[in-house]
Amino acid sequence: MPELTLIAQNALPQGVVTTLAGTRIEVLPMRRLTALMPGPDAGPLAEALMAQHGLGLPAPGAVEHAEQAECLWFGMGQYLLVGPAPAPGLAEAATLTDQSDAWATVLLEGPAARDVLARLCPLDLRARAFAPGATARTELAHMAASVTRTGPDGFRVMVFRSMAETLLHELRAALEAVAARGMV
Amino acid sequence: MRLTCPLCGERDLREFTYRGAALARPEGEAWGDDWHDYIHLRDNPAGESREYWAHSTGCAAVLLVTRDTRTHEVLGSALAKGGGA
Ligand SMILES: [Zn+2]
Repeated sequence: MPELTLIAQNALPQGVVTTLAGTRIEVLPMRRLTALMPGPDAGPLAEALMAQHGLGLPAPGAVEHAEQAECLWFGMGQYLLVGPAPAPGLAEAATLTDQSDAWATVLLEGPAARDVLARLCPLDLRARAFAPGATARTELAHMAASVTRTGPDGFRVMVFRSMAETLLHELRAALEAVAARGMV
Repeated sequence: MRLTCPLCGERDLREFTYRGAALARPEGEAWGDDWHDYIHLRDNPAGESREYWAHSTGCAAVLLVTRDTRTHEVLGSALAKGGGA
């Protein structure tokens, strides 16, 4: 039997989908995503992440950064390594799952971004509750989502790959509605 | 209604799934009134109640929430993991 090689591919064509009211919806490039699940004791994972990737273990709702790498808090007992392939040492400290092509990642950025997201997502998006750099697992139009605030006007949204088109549809409709009100 | 998740903070009800009353599980496996109570009978209190809520579209933790069913006031919430009823 011939050997099959499976190649991970982005859930959506990369690039800007829509720009309205100075606010754009952009499909981001697929990056290497690895779920890290350390079990009851996250200590060894924290050490391995720091030693191998120069990353701290993020507290709930936080993101740790290093050169070319990020680590997101991704739920109870879950972390998401974004960017590099996991160093071999990580597998000793946690269960690893390659999720690179399991998520669709979209950037919503511009002056209307917060109002658009507020129509779809129950998070308190005010800066004092969800500051730039914060991350949350939440729901977006009934889809399980990960939302990370990349700046005052920027949000990176991730949903499961199977819902990629729905995410774009919902974001586009909400952006059109906000833009039509001319409030921005 | 909003519930406070010990990990995620105050969140909208839409992110949670009700998982039933938090009850003490009877000892032993022999069938008796205690098991009948545990499986079938609920008090439906007007007032303080202890319930499990899953933070389903949030962090996926199951919480033990104490709240007042008359006012929706949340009196406390904790991770059910390692403790619970
Ligand atoms: Zn939570």
